[in-house]
Amino acid sequence: MLAQFGFGVFVLTFLLALFSVGGAVLGYFSKSDRWVETARRAMLLTFPLITLAVLTLTYLLVTGHYELQYVYSVTSNDMPFYLKITALWGGQAGSLVLWSWLMSAFASAVTLRKWERDRELLPWVIVVTSITLAFFLSLSILYENPFARWWQTAAGEFVPHMFAPAGAIPVSPADGQGLNPLLRHPGMIIHPPMLYLGFVAFVIPFAFAIAALVTNRSDDRWIRLTRRWTLVAWLFLSLGLVLGMRWAYDVLGWGGYWGWDPVEISALMPWLTGTAFLHSVMIQEKRGMFKQWNMLLIILTYALVIFGTFLTRSGVLSSVHAFAQSAIGPMFFAFIGITFIISVALLIYRWRDLRAEVEMTSLFSREALFLLNNLLFMGVLIVCFWGVIFPLISELVTGQKVTVGPPFYQRANAPLFGALMALMGIAPLSAWGKSTFQTLGRALWKPSIPSAIVPVVLAILGVRNWIALVGFTLVAFVVFVTMFEFWRGARVRQKRNNENFLVALWQLAGRNRRRYGGYLIHLSMVVMAIGILGMELYQTTTQKTLAVGENIQIAGYTLRYDSLAQFPYTDGRIVTRAVVSVFRGGKYLGELYPRYDYYPNGQPMTIAGVRSTLADDLYVVLVNWENVSVAQAPFKVYHNPLVNWLWIGSLMFVLGFLVAAWPEREEEEREGKI
Amino acid sequence: MQKSPQTGNQGRAKFIVGGLLILAAVIYLIVSATQANAEYFMTVNELRSKGNSLVGRSLRISGAVVGTTIQYDPRTMNLTFDIAHVPGDNAAIEMGGGLAAVLHAAVTDPTRMRLTIVYNGPKPDLLRDEAQAIVTGHLGEDGIFHADELLLKCPTKYQEAIPSQVVSGN
Repeated sequence: MLAQFGFGVFVLTFLLALFSVGGAVLGYFSKSDRWVETARRAMLLTFPLITLAVLTLTYLLVTGHYELQYVYSVTSNDMPFYLKITALWGGQAGSLVLWSWLMSAFASAVTLRKWERDRELLPWVIVVTSITLAFFLSLSILYENPFARWWQTAAGEFVPHMFAPAGAIPVSPADGQGLNPLLRHPGMIIHPPMLYLGFVAFVIPFAFAIAALVTNRSDDRWIRLTRRWTLVAWLFLSLGLVLGMRWAYDVLGWGGYWGWDPVEISALMPWLTGTAFLHSVMIQEKRGMFKQWNMLLIILTYALVIFGTFLTRSGVLSSVHAFAQSAIGPMFFAFIGITFIISVALLIYRWRDLRAEVEMTSLFSREALFLLNNLLFMGVLIVCFWGVIFPLISELVTGQKVTVGPPFYQRANAPLFGALMALMGIAPLSAWGKSTFQTLGRALWKPSIPSAIVPVVLAILGVRNWIALVGFTLVAFVVFVTMFEFWRGARVRQKRNNENFLVALWQLAGRNRRRYGGYLIHLSMVVMAIGILGMELYQTTTQKTLAVGENIQIAGYTLRYDSLAQFPYTDGRIVTRAVVSVFRGGKYLGELYPRYDYYPNGQPMTIAGVRSTLADDLYVVLVNWENVSVAQAPFKVYHNPLVNWLWIGSLMFVLGFLVAAWPEREEEEREGKI
Repeated sequence: MQKSPQTGNQGRAKFIVGGLLILAAVIYLIVSATQANAEYFMTVNELRSKGNSLVGRSLRISGAVVGTTIQYDPRTMNLTFDIAHVPGDNAAIEMGGGLAAVLHAAVTDPTRMRLTIVYNGPKPDLLRDEAQAIVTGHLGEDGIFHADELLLKCPTKYQEAIPSQVVSGN
């Protein structure tokens, strides 16, 4: 009964979304404020309705209504309460519901606040968000219905269906399959919603961009109105990516955090265009340039967001993430194709109105360096896109299936990432407008000197890998430039206002949050780069089958296999846990507990024992093998130098973001006056 | 659009040249990285028909695991087994009655082409008779395939979810 109710609410919301599209278009063309207002109210009503459907589904999940296929596939009796709630996004149907829910929440937030101010653009914001919402709701209604239940047909087969197929009888399993154990991890509980928050929030700047195109507003109003949405979208997308990396590191047990899996790449691609967009909108705000380019970037970001949702959820590409095969592929492709073509056509139609107000003159000006930054991000995007579609292209052209693995991405992207790091150091020192090689050179030489010491010191310490030498030099360069900028700004304040240096530093960042927050984010990026360089260049691994008392050596550490225990855990899984002692230079450092768990449904899960320090991680895996015993247990050990800096960098990133995005009082006042 | 004497065509030319240089660099990176890291996905028959011309190349081969040939030494972690040819495209697999039937036919047919795989590492539990193996690595001069990576699928484990404990009625 509840399931039918939830489904009914979905159908109603879908119709309401379509109605608000029609109302907004009608209101715009007939210049009827009443129709626009009606469309806005219809839009606003979708949020409580989808909330109702989500609550219904959550109730069904928590109370174990296993007669529903979705509930059956993601929950089971032995799962704790909080996991039954998070099972809402544990499968394909549920995550599409989450998408719709977020979409209507964000669209409502836009149309509720400051409605009067944005009156001119809002009909088209409603059109874009409602069409996107209607699309996702139609997927839930037609293909991935979370409210479909199990039926047994006359032929004895079990099929999920919303309504009774002819001659079928309803069936109710007593227990469900349960959430895939790999997904029962804190990182996995928040990783998908974070990613989705980022994905969906990017729809808002896109909607305003389209509204600006339709209404022919060629100024930067749409950008300023959505600046905070863009920042929030970017924050959540970044956090989603980092949490996914952390989850992979903790749970997948292969010693790494990023495998250049197509699904990872599909989440990275909108981040690349989004990051480029975040940078280039500053040029439009400051100089009135890059208008067409910004439009193109946000259109691309929207297409890649939908594409990313599709890739993660369709099962077209085989990967650890794509745990479902589904019929929604053609729908997604049609939607991406149609929205992309219409958006680009609109952009071409308005192309001449979006010309730059000033022309770029110097190759060494800040705007030129921002352009270079954008081109490099596009370069990484092209590399990623090529890697994903290459197998399809080569099969079409030569009939031979050829794939490219992680080495392809590493090799092609490393120089681009290196250039981006160099830019992070150079760009803050460049000037707007006319800037010459000489003026830039004068600003650069001071921080270059301490950076040049780094490779010399590293070489003396025995580092011979040239990628490491270049990489760490660039890291040092960015750190020195950024600290130099902070120091210089604070000194000026200190002298002028006669303040304490620390007070001056605090005031400086407070007065110009966007700039200094941005610097902090740059710092966090190079700190993350330290971890990535350490892992990519210096990770070592070894494996050995040990009997109790035997040792394995790696990177100066000695690990001794001490004991093995097997016991059941409260939720029914069987835990096999080894105790390993870690020594270095004869000194005892502690114990590690690598283990693997077998869930009642036969799913295994490997949890590494990790000893983590700022210098390195020792990552020990007890390999899941049927004959593991006291006499023979296979171990795989990874030595991951510097990997902790990756996580430290991501925390710094959040800090930098808070500085950059915290509302500025003056800015709010200014916005109020527009 | 503003045009001062210094800007204009000459000013624009250096940006176009700069843009083209970056484009060329990206294309070079993609082409060279693709050439160096392409992995060819093949069936056992395709590999065998090419003889030794593919020695040393990065390859990805799929086939059916022949259970009787599995040898594993837990001390050294040396693992060897044979895989038998299975067709590569999905249509042929559907024609053969689904993946499980195709794998069974491949293993029980003694005339099928086979390939010996050598791998060093823990033996995966899914490595069983009639499992589908996708191995990544390279072919040695001796005709033995040296795998760096094993991916295994047991068709029975991946069948569509069907309620196991069914209580009839509602």
